Amino acid sequence: MAQIDTRGMSCPQPVLMTKKALEVNSTEVTVLVDSKTAKSNVERYLNLTGYTINTIERDGEANTFEISAKKK
Amino acid sequence: MDSKKGIIFTGAVIGILAVVLVRFGNPVNMGICIACFIRDTTGALGLHRAEVVQYIRPEIIGIVLGAFLISVAKKEFDVRGGSSPFLRFMLGFVVMLGALMFLGCPLRMVLRLGGGDLNALFGLAGFAAGIIVGIIFLKNGFSLKRTYKLSKLEGYLFPLFNAGLYILLLTAPAFIFFSTKGPGAGHAPVWIALAAGLIVGVLVQRTRLCMVGGIRDAILFKDTYLILGFISIIVFASLGNLYFGFYKLGFAGQSVAHADGVWNFLGMALAGWGSVLLGGCPLRQLILAAEGNVDSVITVLGMSAGAAFAHNFSLAASAQGPSPNGKIAVLISFALTLMIAYFNLERDVKATVQGGVKIGAN
Repeated sequence: MAQIDTRGMSCPQPVLMTKKALEVNSTEVTVLVDSKTAKSNVERYLNLTGYTINTIERDGEANTFEISAKKK
Repeated sequence: MDSKKGIIFTGAVIGILAVVLVRFGNPVNMGICIACFIRDTTGALGLHRAEVVQYIRPEIIGIVLGAFLISVAKKEFDVRGGSSPFLRFMLGFVVMLGALMFLGCPLRMVLRLGGGDLNALFGLAGFAAGIIVGIIFLKNGFSLKRTYKLSKLEGYLFPLFNAGLYILLLTAPAFIFFSTKGPGAGHAPVWIALAAGLIVGVLVQRTRLCMVGGIRDAILFKDTYLILGFISIIVFASLGNLYFGFYKLGFAGQSVAHADGVWNFLGMALAGWGSVLLGGCPLRQLILAAEGNVDSVITVLGMSAGAAFAHNFSLAASAQGPSPNGKIAVLISFALTLMIAYFNLERDVKATVQGGVKIGAN
């Protein structure tokens, strides 16, 4: 499964990196983000393109989330 | 607020507040303009001496403090920086030169459309063209690299600096310049402008409204979230302008605008391209700067320096049209932006994606 680390990237690169990863493996992906803006942008993109999302916040790291997505 | 209703509401509030600010004294179609207002504030500090555009704009202070306070309250204030600072400074600089060629930032372009200023259609076409060029570079791996965590103090300084500007505005010491004529002399009462700025700052921080993001995401991801805010501003500014009688459809004789279509197009193309590479329009940069993004602080400083240069060297356009110096500056800026865009392409991105399980880790 592809894991992408988009921490520290500015708009719209987290979404763009997610898109590129899905072009390689379109069934599932895990995206690491470190801002709520990137989180909602990536989640919105995955929603629009038909993925089921499960997001967890990393313990001890403020505003850092792991978004796991599977093709519906 | 992360909903379509939220962003449409935000656009509506901005569109109406902008007209209300005009009603109370701001120049027509300039209720809120990030580029113009940074330029005015830069002039008030004496960094340029164009006497008609000097005023510490409380809208900017309000936007920064509003976004700062809400980001702290929502635990989103996060101090980061270190992503190509000087390139961001230069991109801020060229975005300002483009905006001052067109006479307005992307937000004012939208407000001008809402006021019936058809010259802004050339601006909009250029803006979209600039965004498309930027997208081509993004798709080919353009990146200004990652940010890193920095000390809290570095993030607090920018809001603090804005609070300081507010004190200078109220006390008006002799070394601060305030226009007595021209656009700089046109302003709403301080408390109204500050309150409007605070509201805009809070709403834009929550919804992430961004003029460049609207067109960019619609093209790149077929995501219409941000562009709804963009359209909402046009609709509600139009309604507000019609209501107050400011609406004036046409090309000639528009407020703080010129009718040179080619340079309106090129100015906004430069602003659009630069903003895509930066990751957001001037309004968005201001919000990011307020929530601890030091790279955006650097970008705002770049815009301020751009404004100072623009007026010290006659690069800014006027109601009579672009200046010869301004045309040369915009062309040089295109060359600089192309260099920045080209030399920051990460060619190995695709290979990494195809080759392995981990992407983008470094």
